[in-house]
Amino acid sequence: MSSAAKRALLDPVVDNNPVTLHVLGICSALAVTTSLLPSLYMCLALTVVAALANAAVSTIRHVLPSSIRIIVQMTIIASLVIVVDESLQAFAFETSRELSVFVGLIITNCIVLGRTESFASKNPVGLSFLDGIGNGLGYSVILILVASTRELLGAGTLLGYTILPNVADGGWYSPNGMMLLPPSAFFIIGLIIWAVRSWKVEQVEKPGFRIHEVHRTEAL
Amino acid sequence: MSDPVKDMGAKTETIARTLLVAFLVSLVCSSLVASAAVLLKPRQVANALLDMRRNILAVAGLLDPEGDVNELYESIESHVVDFETGAYVEDIDPGTFDPLEAAKDPERSVAVPAGIDVARVGRRAKQALVYLVRQDGEVSRIILPVSGYGLWSTMYGFLALEADGNTVADITFYAHGETPGLGDFIVKPAWRALWRDKRLFDESGDLKIEVIKGRVLAHDPLADYHVDGVSGATLTGNGVTKMMQYWLGDHGYGPYLRNLQRGESP
Repeated sequence: MSSAAKRALLDPVVDNNPVTLHVLGICSALAVTTSLLPSLYMCLALTVVAALANAAVSTIRHVLPSSIRIIVQMTIIASLVIVVDESLQAFAFETSRELSVFVGLIITNCIVLGRTESFASKNPVGLSFLDGIGNGLGYSVILILVASTRELLGAGTLLGYTILPNVADGGWYSPNGMMLLPPSAFFIIGLIIWAVRSWKVEQVEKPGFRIHEVHRTEAL
Repeated sequence: MSDPVKDMGAKTETIARTLLVAFLVSLVCSSLVASAAVLLKPRQVANALLDMRRNILAVAGLLDPEGDVNELYESIESHVVDFETGAYVEDIDPGTFDPLEAAKDPERSVAVPAGIDVARVGRRAKQALVYLVRQDGEVSRIILPVSGYGLWSTMYGFLALEADGNTVADITFYAHGETPGLGDFIVKPAWRALWRDKRLFDESGDLKIEVIKGRVLAHDPLADYHVDGVSGATLTGNGVTKMMQYWLGDHGYGPYLRNLQRGESP
């Protein structure tokens, strides 16, 4: 694999992660991560859509008039999402019900449109495809971390298997109900961003402005 | 970074070219979506049927995660009931009768009079499909399909009653469009459990069941007929109440339930 291909695939996993660095795709990351299984399907759905949308946009990038490029990208993404949604309803009915509107909302997931617009419209097909997979993986890593934490601490299970036996069933673990509510995902994502930026200091954003300290004599 | 416009000369930006690209993209995308919808339809329909059976088994109290849904479903008895007389109809095969399909056929359905259509049902079939669970030959549960408008769309579900036709055993919704994380409390096991042993009618036969605002307090004189609502999802709760008012009323299963209570059914 060439170094460009490797970079397109692996960069978004940690160094250029769409969730922790660009803070995109948060809506679905909050909503579907109460348990691990729907999160895995969500990751799969988003990765497939991101990769195929990137490949499709890249294929037509030379003939695409720039005046309608965003709406064409949206059309392609929307079509792919509908196909994925229909497939989930056919092959993973229970999960598709749990994910409800959030599969459809991949259409508005900034990660997908962000990559088609900023990467696929300027790069060759193969590389764009890998970039889509890479960003899907980056999103998946965060989603899986958040979902595992929430399911483990919120219900004491992982993928439905009991890991921490509940007090209610005669075990010792008293589940933390807050983990099943959306705000907990906010906290966990915040902690993950903090951890990543402590490890990769270059990801810390430069302050956009500095608060000017006014001396009281100046204020007068 | 190369500019796509420069790559192709200025040709990509003409109006004709733009329209052509837009047309071709739409054509390809729509055929992709259409073929996916058509090809996957049979599987989705099969899934929906299986899911409906799973819901019937769930309110029947017969759902076994290990067992095969279709096999378990064979123990459930289905009957066609005439809404007006509340009696069983023998000449319609319950195996093929689809009340939702029949509701669309003007010949086989009636419009719900506007004044009593609180659940916004619109039309309903002249006959109902009810399900019975038997234990040692005796009817132990009666399962009634119910539907009604919530906040966003029609909610479809099953209400299971004990043999007296008045005590609630369980309730489930297999299709709804209520707000995820809010109105979808109607499918949560904890809320379903609140319905257990609630009563529909009081001693004088008036329908009293209601999803109230907030929690049912212990000293509520109607605690037996009241179910907790969820704040922020009042319209979903009201939708369930209205659904009960219509389907358990005289235009709904009322005549059938009265027959049951008089013991005039198999």
